[in-house]
Amino acid sequence: MTPPLRPIAFVLNGARRTVRVHPLKRLLDVLREECGLTGTKEGCGEGECGACTVIVNGNAVNSCLVPVAQVAGAKVMTIEGLKGRHRLQRAFAEFGGAQCGICTPGMILAAVALGPRPTLEQVRTGLAGNICRCTGYEGIYRAIRKSEDRRQKTEDRSKTSHLRRPGSSLRLRSGQAAPGSPALSERGPAARVEGPKVPRRRG
Amino acid sequence: MRRVVGRNVVRKDGAAKAAGTARYVDDLTRQGLLYARTIRSAIPCGSISRIRLDFDPAGFTIVNARDIPGRNLVSLIIDDQPCLADGEVRHIAEPILLLAHEDRERLLEAKVDIEYRSRLAVFDPAQSATVFKTVAIAKGDLDEGFRRADLVVEGEYRTGHQEHLYIEPNGMLAVPEDDGVTVYGSLQCPYYVHRALVVLLGLPEHKVRVVQVETGGGFGGKEDYPSIIAGHACLLALKSGRPVKLIYDRTEDMLATTKRHPSIIRHRTGVTRDGRLTAMDIDVLMDGGAYCTLSPVVLSRGCLHATGPYRCDHVRVNGRVVMTNTPPNGAFRGFGAPQTLFAADVHMERLAEALGMNPVRVRERNALRPGDMTATGQTLGPDAAALDVLRAAVARSDFQKKRRACRGTNRGIGLSLFFHGAGFTGSGEVKLKSKASLELTSRGVRILVASTEIGQGQRTVHAQIVADALRMPYDSVEVAAADTSLVPDSGPTVASRTTMVVGGLLKQCAVEMREKLGRLTPHEYLQKHGPLVVTAQYQPPPGLVWDDETYRGSAYGSYGWACDVIEVERDPVTDEIRPIKVTTAHEIGKALYPLGVRGQIEGGTAQGLGYALIEEVVMRDGAMANAQLTNYIVPTTLDTPPMDVVIVEKPYAHGPYGAKGVGEMPFDGVAPAVVNAIRSLGIDIREIPATPERVMAAPQIGIRDSGLGTRDSKPGTPAFAERPAGRLRRGKRDSVPAGSEDPASTGRRSPASSVGRSPAASAAGWPKAMRGRPSPVEAAQSSRKNVAQGFSPARHRKPEVRR
Repeated sequence: MTPPLRPIAFVLNGARRTVRVHPLKRLLDVLREECGLTGTKEGCGEGECGACTVIVNGNAVNSCLVPVAQVAGAKVMTIEGLKGRHRLQRAFAEFGGAQCGICTPGMILAAVALGPRPTLEQVRTGLAGNICRCTGYEGIYRAIRKSEDRRQKTEDRSKTSHLRRPGSSLRLRSGQAAPGSPALSERGPAARVEGPKVPRRRG
Repeated sequence: MRRVVGRNVVRKDGAAKAAGTARYVDDLTRQGLLYARTIRSAIPCGSISRIRLDFDPAGFTIVNARDIPGRNLVSLIIDDQPCLADGEVRHIAEPILLLAHEDRERLLEAKVDIEYRSRLAVFDPAQSATVFKTVAIAKGDLDEGFRRADLVVEGEYRTGHQEHLYIEPNGMLAVPEDDGVTVYGSLQCPYYVHRALVVLLGLPEHKVRVVQVETGGGFGGKEDYPSIIAGHACLLALKSGRPVKLIYDRTEDMLATTKRHPSIIRHRTGVTRDGRLTAMDIDVLMDGGAYCTLSPVVLSRGCLHATGPYRCDHVRVNGRVVMTNTPPNGAFRGFGAPQTLFAADVHMERLAEALGMNPVRVRERNALRPGDMTATGQTLGPDAAALDVLRAAVARSDFQKKRRACRGTNRGIGLSLFFHGAGFTGSGEVKLKSKASLELTSRGVRILVASTEIGQGQRTVHAQIVADALRMPYDSVEVAAADTSLVPDSGPTVASRTTMVVGGLLKQCAVEMREKLGRLTPHEYLQKHGPLVVTAQYQPPPGLVWDDETYRGSAYGSYGWACDVIEVERDPVTDEIRPIKVTTAHEIGKALYPLGVRGQIEGGTAQGLGYALIEEVVMRDGAMANAQLTNYIVPTTLDTPPMDVVIVEKPYAHGPYGAKGVGEMPFDGVAPAVVNAIRSLGIDIREIPATPERVMAAPQIGIRDSGLGTRDSKPGTPAFAERPAGRLRRGKRDSVPAGSEDPASTGRRSPASSVGRSPAASAAGWPKAMRGRPSPVEAAQSSRKNVAQGFSPARHRKPEVRR
């Protein structure tokens, strides 16, 4: 007899979400199957490639290593949470950050988790858990740098503008945070949440 | 209208990929979907004596070789590979049985017990008796070439397997439809899959539809193998009457799918004292794995690049690719050329060392120039840019100054000069008869080609070419999905041909359409004249003649040229080699989408760094023992150094807007440049990957040129310190008995005594299959005999031999 499945609730891209699945089911599979969010990709299923990166409570994690029970009550953000409007998403598309695109959602989320104004060394360290086989990473650095340049320019403009509405610069400074994205203060370097290994899915 | 060719437009597929909305095969689902699993052989060679299903088969769809409605084979070059093993297996992980079930957990729990009768497997290519293909290229008179030499340098170079490691594993979704089947998948060549399915399923061509969905990297790994996966998914779908999804996990993908061919390449080269090549004798041996797949073509390209971008009047290249009981090797970026170019340019470095010449000077002296003739007798056009890229990379990297500065430190710097033929080899493009079409739409035009976007920017570059040729805005050009029910056969997306060949066809279409449109807008034309589709078919450029029998003529329409300068640092404790900086100059005709070109160069270089240093496929009893990302490691951000990319443009008359191919070339030169940088540290590496273990075991070399130090010596140590005898790797590499390493045992000074002493050699350790023709070693021995008989060294007739 299998015991009845208990509901597991978490905040997904700013909205409350409850799932009834085996508590050890991989967060990756829950996101892709129960929640229908296929932007999170599986590359290796063993926490090495980072294609399945999502942000949990401000930290970039490999969702293939996280049993869904571990995110009960947590804030989870996937690539869909950025709604295609994040400055990093535009920059990745424009400056060679994405080629085949399979690592791109995870790479962008890992870059988001770096917070604003990362140095190149911080970027290299922070993205070391995300493998890209196409770009040699130079295009990714370019995209992140261009995105930072743009943010800087927007910030400068908003500082000098006499017409700006109250609160607008605050919104900009928080890196165009999408709904559900963690506050800046929560963001550290891309820490990993280690979880027990759960049965590997095979198609 | 502002032109877009040569400008960094926003790539067509960029926004969807960054937003996470691009759909890959595993993102697709269907009502009533079954999941599929492949049961594979556990032995490398033998026959299947019994298959027992240890599960309740209710609800399962089970397919074996007997269920195949058409012919049980993977149609490609030679029809030797079954789609499902029928009685015999030739390699570990060979597909035997297919299972499908709607519940993934039950599918994974199903146990199948297979009993085998094992036979002796062959793992060493040198011991293999089954040859898939041989290639022989000859130019001039080899004996005459060696007579003109002052020095003969020999060497053996080895390269290992390499896994593509596209981040999206292979996968297919097959959907049965109206007496036929549609398959959606991660693939490079829709018409390869289509042809294979027609043969396997015994269906008429119009009942099989192949659609490429967004593909998460290919690099050649999704050129031939997807035909097998598509076949499996279709067999299950047709038997069950339900959609079937077959997605490999990473381990299965690494264990079962193709790899880069390992190689053993021997060079014997005659050179004059001032560094001119007089004779090149090259033997190429490649390990094809258990079935032929694309091995003949890989060998062919390898042999055609075996001399490196160097001129020589007397050349012999003999190549063969053989069977071993390992999973078949297949296409991988560079397609045989990285192996032979690695050997060629490390050998060139050894020539420089032996001559005491600067590595740049020896390459300058021998680099192919416009008007020179290649080994196959092809006269190079004005776009032969070897010297341009060499000078650009050397100047940009400050190579000579850095080389002096590295002296006596743990830093090394090396370079490589290389070239890559774009498009199919020889008459391949003529046989392909590729087609491309353009269809007028109310707001512009739609591109119809079977070329696939696998990250390289195909949609973007094709749209740029068409937009400019039609003088339409880039945004009004759309690119249809690579769907065999919609697009003509433009040939496979391989061989750096997508821009040069298919892009060229699209440009022709666009020019023709422009004439037809006249002054009308697309909308006006459609209203007045109705639909308009323009198609172009490949015609070879004038003068492009190739003979497949004799290997004479123009092997490729054009070549790209490139030079890498790579700086490395050796960890004095662990012997780990870390790349510090890459400077590379690439001549590619014309960069249509410069950002994409940079992306190809940087990405290919990173992959090459992995090949050179860390990516080691450990084969144990015919199976990849490290088939997971935990211990098959590829470059991460922390392993990839800054790259300085110089793009040189010498337009190719027959490429669209002057463009040649770029996809593969960046990979070719990385390994030799890395190894040459390691050699500049005094470490005699001739095999990749140059892992810490290999670096630690490698013998030491002395280097005369510029007084560079050796690993364990202080600067200024006399040059040409002899290698220590009896080191493990030496015996293996050159098969020279350790004792004969001692120059004293020959007791003889070389004719050109300024370049050192000659170690003795023995034919004993040569791969068996290489014997039977005048072996380099025998020739070397006879030349030494000549020396002993007292021929005068001053006449340059008795070259010294260095191994």
